[in-house]
Amino acid sequence: MKNTIAISGNSGPKVRSDCEITLELKTEGGIIIDLVSKVEALFGESIKSLISEILEFFGVKNALVKINDSGALPFVIAARLESAVKQLINTDLDYLPEFIKENGYSTIRDRFRFSRLYLPGNTPGLMINAGLHSADGIILDLEDSVAPEKKDEARLLVRNALRQINFCGAERMVRINQGERGLEDLHFVIPHNVNLILIPKCESADYVKSVENEIAVIKTKLNLNNQVFLMPIIESALGVENSYEIARSSGNVVAIAIGLEDYTADLGVPRTAEGKESLYARTRLVVAARAAGIQPIDSVFSDVGDMEALKQNVLTSKALGFEGMGCIHPRQIPVIRQGFAPDETDMEKSKKIVLAFETAKLKGLGVVAMGTKMIDPPVVARAQKTIDFAVRLGLLSGNWIDDIPVKEN
Amino acid sequence: MAIKTIINAAGRSVPLEINGQPVIPFKGVGKHRPEGGKYSPPIPTCSDYPDDGNKVVTSLEEALRKCGLRDGMTISTHHHLRDGDLVSNKVFELASAMGVKDLVWFPSASFPCNDPVIKYLDDGTINRIEGSMNGPLGRYVSEGKMKGTAILRSHGGRVQAIQDGEVKIDIAVLAAPTADSYGNAKGTGGTSACGVLGYAKADSMYASKVIVVTDNLIDLPCFPMEIEGNYVDYVVVVDKIGIPEKIVSGTTQITKSPDRLLIAELTTTFLEKSGILKNGVTMQAGAGGTSLAIAVFVHQILKNKGWKSKFGFGGSTKYMVKMLEEGQMGFILDAQAFDLDAVRSIENNPNHIPYPVFNAYNYHSKGNLTSMMDIMILGATEVDLNFNGNVVTHSDGYLLHGIGGWQNCLHARNVILPIPLFRDRIPVIVDEVTTLCGPGELIDVIITERGIAINPLRQDLIDSVKGSGLPLKTLKELKDEAEKICGRPQKPQFEEDIVAAIKWVDGTIIDVVRKIKSG
Repeated sequence: MKNTIAISGNSGPKVRSDCEITLELKTEGGIIIDLVSKVEALFGESIKSLISEILEFFGVKNALVKINDSGALPFVIAARLESAVKQLINTDLDYLPEFIKENGYSTIRDRFRFSRLYLPGNTPGLMINAGLHSADGIILDLEDSVAPEKKDEARLLVRNALRQINFCGAERMVRINQGERGLEDLHFVIPHNVNLILIPKCESADYVKSVENEIAVIKTKLNLNNQVFLMPIIESALGVENSYEIARSSGNVVAIAIGLEDYTADLGVPRTAEGKESLYARTRLVVAARAAGIQPIDSVFSDVGDMEALKQNVLTSKALGFEGMGCIHPRQIPVIRQGFAPDETDMEKSKKIVLAFETAKLKGLGVVAMGTKMIDPPVVARAQKTIDFAVRLGLLSGNWIDDIPVKEN
Repeated sequence: MAIKTIINAAGRSVPLEINGQPVIPFKGVGKHRPEGGKYSPPIPTCSDYPDDGNKVVTSLEEALRKCGLRDGMTISTHHHLRDGDLVSNKVFELASAMGVKDLVWFPSASFPCNDPVIKYLDDGTINRIEGSMNGPLGRYVSEGKMKGTAILRSHGGRVQAIQDGEVKIDIAVLAAPTADSYGNAKGTGGTSACGVLGYAKADSMYASKVIVVTDNLIDLPCFPMEIEGNYVDYVVVVDKIGIPEKIVSGTTQITKSPDRLLIAELTTTFLEKSGILKNGVTMQAGAGGTSLAIAVFVHQILKNKGWKSKFGFGGSTKYMVKMLEEGQMGFILDAQAFDLDAVRSIENNPNHIPYPVFNAYNYHSKGNLTSMMDIMILGATEVDLNFNGNVVTHSDGYLLHGIGGWQNCLHARNVILPIPLFRDRIPVIVDEVTTLCGPGELIDVIITERGIAINPLRQDLIDSVKGSGLPLKTLKELKDEAEKICGRPQKPQFEEDIVAAIKWVDGTIIDVVRKIKSG
């Protein structure tokens, strides 16, 4: 016999901003809604009318809907109910909440990706204010942070979140699952202005290409022209060995990241704070990314309580050549951002070098000197890079040279 | 019976009589002028008291009998034992067993541990509560189950009501962590230390009869005494006045919520950029997780700049104690200790001074500590577009909190409310507050995770942060933003019946709470 009862969503004493919906299809009696909600006095009527509207949309005429609500926003309720409906009936319809106009932005290839905040794809409470913490990117995760039996409902929640939540200019990213499921995931997110797809446990250039092809198919079918960048995550020995090929596999790949939990597991060694066991992989990844002209991004730091250790980790990461790392808590964002930005001494030194270079150029001198010390061209180039970096971050004015008082000599 | 009501100066419909007594409608901030003399309790004589000063009687029941406990009396208790209080409930258990009816319970606050008094409200022992009502007690009152009408007062308003004779306490039952046989008592020492007894001071001075209940009787003199023995009639020794781990938190903690920390950060940046935070600043911050985070951030700024706060006003916590001990705060004037570090500091640090609420908050007195504070960090369950604040009911109309010192603190120079723009799905900024507790003219800044709104009356503050890059918005903009996310809430439904009255700091009625319409 065909299943007539479906459950979707979450409830429990610690659950917030979510709901659990039990949908039971009936043969008669119309729609009966049994609502238990902590916000019933304020939103009871609006929740009930939303449920009726969605059931009508899917052509469900007779059903008992039990909803245990802990303050879920409408797009969450909608995702939960749609998921329950789709467990019971076959339909090509999608109940799409409004795509808010603030979410229409695109991003550029070489924007900063210092910090990108992971959000579990089936936990709405963590998503709503995520954009307020100024991460460079927000990752709605469909992979490891979602329990296997919740993978389907997470897709709808993430889809609705992409339409409804304003992430305040952060790059809108989704981490898809591995393999076939990952390719299917794309159908739920690509039409809703995703800026970047993270490809987990990536081991080959071919897989990146298959993701790219799938995206192209979806875009052609729906006549979309939004740019979707790719960030493969290297999490295995094979991935590390193939990292250069992966990095240059497509023009849409803008960065590669390393995931050290899985990588160290693959090697069969414990992951240490010092990170000696992953030094080769990390430097290999940096070199591969640089060779391919894309950004190398470091693994997440998992102790969210230890900001000092995080800071040290960021400094090491920066010294190895990485340009960013993942975050699993909003409080890590400012530490990471500050860590990757050029520090004061660095900037001062670079300013002097660039100034000396400009002066030499003006005087038609072939050699740049500071005091009695000769400055090699690569040193000038690095200093110029630091200055450009500082200007882009807003740490330095674009006409900083003009702001320096002219010395007579 | 139709109750005669009038529209008060805040535009709220309030009755002219509550619990059979005439009351005065709110007239505006600072507008009501009290007349006449202060209340005075009956004059005692030494000849009624033992020459050796030993006022110890065998039990609380005996003390209550000797005080002449009878129907209709007003019984006061204090809340310094917080959620660990074992004394208040006991009083009504005994009264119920003695067959006494229609008492008025006049606590300085109630806690979840006081929920058992619901059965004494049910059996008629208690007619009504005049004090704060939290959780189940608030629900009970909101559903119209209490016989009399509740009256909610601020901490300062409670002292004012006692002093002005609005409330005549027949028997004050004062739990004391340490006392001597004469009745001198203090908040430190013993196993039930709560730090200070500031909220009980007025009760001891104005009640007709005073019973001190202690689990730590020491030889005379109990020093430094906060409750003075010459106001005390009887001393009762019990095994335990409280459950220590519930009296003070072992330790208070700053919030871990990233959104609350963001609000705290924004608040601190506002304080710094507006110039409110300066050398010599005076401040108060409560024990809520967000306030504590602000205290920590402010401490760091004081430290970095080499500044010092002249004094802080408690509720004290380990974070304030840290400022005192590390030299960024001159004194702590303290009405209550929230954690063990605060209790320890009161015991050991001469610059950590117990300071009765009596001297700090009472509006009918010759000056008021709160108006001397530069920075006042407060919360609210709702704020409306006119900056009016609500702290006692939630948007669903249920009475769920007491006023505490909130109304009194509104008189500070800069009143700042760091609050989340919505809790779960419930927007905090509304068209009109469900219950008016504080007039908007006294509330200066609302700081949410999505922006800062400054009261247009404070042009000076608006000017001070011009060009600072802070996310300044109007309350209307913030409200619209919240409603865009949460949806627009429907209004809770009320019946006509008044279940509670909210007093302003001067004893006038600023608003009432009506019975929730039963589904």
